[in-house]
Amino acid sequence: MIRKSWWKILAFILLMYVSIMGFLVDVPSPPGVPLQQSIRNLFFHVPMWFGMMVLFTVSLVYAIKYLQKPNSMNDYYSLEYARTGAVFGVLGLTTGAIWANYQWGAPWSGDPKQTGAAIAILIYFAYFVLRGSLNDDEKKARIGAVYNIFAFFMLFPTLWILPRLTESLHPGGQGSDGNPGLNPKDSSPELKMVFWPAVIGWTLLAVWITTLRIRVQILNEKNQSYNG
Amino acid sequence: MDKIKRIAATIAFAIMGVFAEAQTASSDGIMKSNGKIYVVMAVVIVIVAGLFLYLLNLDGKITKLEKKN
Repeated sequence: MIRKSWWKILAFILLMYVSIMGFLVDVPSPPGVPLQQSIRNLFFHVPMWFGMMVLFTVSLVYAIKYLQKPNSMNDYYSLEYARTGAVFGVLGLTTGAIWANYQWGAPWSGDPKQTGAAIAILIYFAYFVLRGSLNDDEKKARIGAVYNIFAFFMLFPTLWILPRLTESLHPGGQGSDGNPGLNPKDSSPELKMVFWPAVIGWTLLAVWITTLRIRVQILNEKNQSYNG
Repeated sequence: MDKIKRIAATIAFAIMGVFAEAQTASSDGIMKSNGKIYVVMAVVIVIVAGLFLYLLNLDGKITKLEKKN
């Protein structure tokens, strides 16, 4: 699967479609929503978070698999999916800060979702620090897998629950009924026709990067067993 | 190797298409319309396509190493 080419071509086609239609599609301007053209960030900023969630979920699955059946392959998958997920999270935060600078007036305004996302990513950074602090490969993998499960479940309070309990600057975050992040009322069928391909395309790109890193890890392991 | 050629061909055709589109478009003045937003579109397309070419190159290098082992 990781060496097949059809889904890499699919990722390319989807992202080309997104890069073109992302600029051509007509954007709605509902009253009271001052987003103007910047809503096109929906095709670039938001898929980073979707991609991050998918990758962290895959990472969690392989962490559990590792605990059931400890082999280095499960560990490589878990580690590299978490790594690319964290990269996408950082990209999401950075692009969000750029957007916020022009939409909310400051790159960082302590928005609950913004702060929560930063905490969630810091928890994942601790995963890499924890692994780096251990010398034994087996310990690295086992303790890493346990921590990975903890880190994943910390995503729920930081990204999904706490931002819902308070007012947020994110769309849909006004009042207490909101789902801060996406407000279906501001969207349109045309936007969705670009948004969902963008989510799939960016996620597939992240998966491609991850599989490359996994293959390098496998090669490294083989080389080490040859030489030592 | 066959797979890689196939992906490379897809990317190459897409880039050629973009350039062809850009050339006819600029004579029509589309590139300069709407506050020159389509210039940004062209830049984004080149960046995304370039990243894909780079990844493809990496993929090929890793495949080669895997075959050697």
